[in-house]
Amino acid sequence: MNTVVDVASDEMPTGVPISERGPAPARVVAGFGFWLFLLSDIIIFSALFAAYAVLCNATNGGPTAVELFDKRHVLFETSCLLASSFTCGMMMIAMERREAALTYFWAIVTAALGVVFLCLEFSEFAHMVQQGAGPSRSAFLSSFFTLVGTHGAHVTVGIAWLLIMMLQVGKLGFRPMVVRRMLCFSLFWHALDIVWIGVFTVVYLGAHA
Amino acid sequence: MNAHIEAAETDRAPGSHHSNRDRLKSYTVGFGLAVLLTAASFAASSSSFVWGPSIPVLLAVLAIAQMGVHLVFFLHISTAPDSTNNILSLAFGIFVVGLVIFGSIIIMSNLNHNMMPMDQLMDMHTQR
Repeated sequence: MNTVVDVASDEMPTGVPISERGPAPARVVAGFGFWLFLLSDIIIFSALFAAYAVLCNATNGGPTAVELFDKRHVLFETSCLLASSFTCGMMMIAMERREAALTYFWAIVTAALGVVFLCLEFSEFAHMVQQGAGPSRSAFLSSFFTLVGTHGAHVTVGIAWLLIMMLQVGKLGFRPMVVRRMLCFSLFWHALDIVWIGVFTVVYLGAHA
Repeated sequence: MNAHIEAAETDRAPGSHHSNRDRLKSYTVGFGLAVLLTAASFAASSSSFVWGPSIPVLLAVLAIAQMGVHLVFFLHISTAPDSTNNILSLAFGIFVVGLVIFGSIIIMSNLNHNMMPMDQLMDMHTQR
């Protein structure tokens, strides 16, 4: 009669007052903490985006964005990253079913797509530097290399993290600690994809629009 | 009562309180929407179908929509009670990101606007 039943709450048993439910489950706390880290990471990226937006016309007589960027190349990069986000989700589902072989399979696909993305990005950078459009050419190129390079560095760290997680799954199995770390990894990987949406819209498509 | 609570606590997958079938559906729908929005962005950026000056706005709308799709379907940000803290911090994050980006753009364009053109500056030095 006096118990408030929260219909939306299927997480906590109904009928137990909030004050008696105890601390939130570890995965919720860990997820929240990692989410705060991701938001601060996104704020770093927002500063780099702001720098790019301010400096994108400061070409100092050098090559401009329209001359440098190949849209087909970027579409390929984007597809790799988007597909890897999806396979990362498949990996998480396999993990929750505790199917080790399937988890490894999707992890390898995710890491491979990430590596393809990095190779594409590296070849683009190398091509630009070869053309004399390196980061020291103009303020526009400095901000471009900083923004896209920071994203690339994050992807590199993500791939290393994924490989370490696979070692941990192999060695420790699906214990709650490992599952929580995998959860954090998937958050990280999806957040990188969100940053990439900003990159391809602002940097690559914005140049052609 | 207690037995019921314990059963409810343990028979759930640790990553989510949804079934795996729901999660699979969520990822598939999200992936489909993301592919559509990405394709729309790339198509819009070079199309003559849309009025030229409006293309940057269209691109921004498509990007924000896709970020929303990723948040809901991939990062599973929802209105569930678990997620309230995440949503509050997300709102604060978006606020800070907006301040940094739009603040920088407004301040720098204002400075640019107030800057005297170089040739006039030279004139002032040579006059006397």
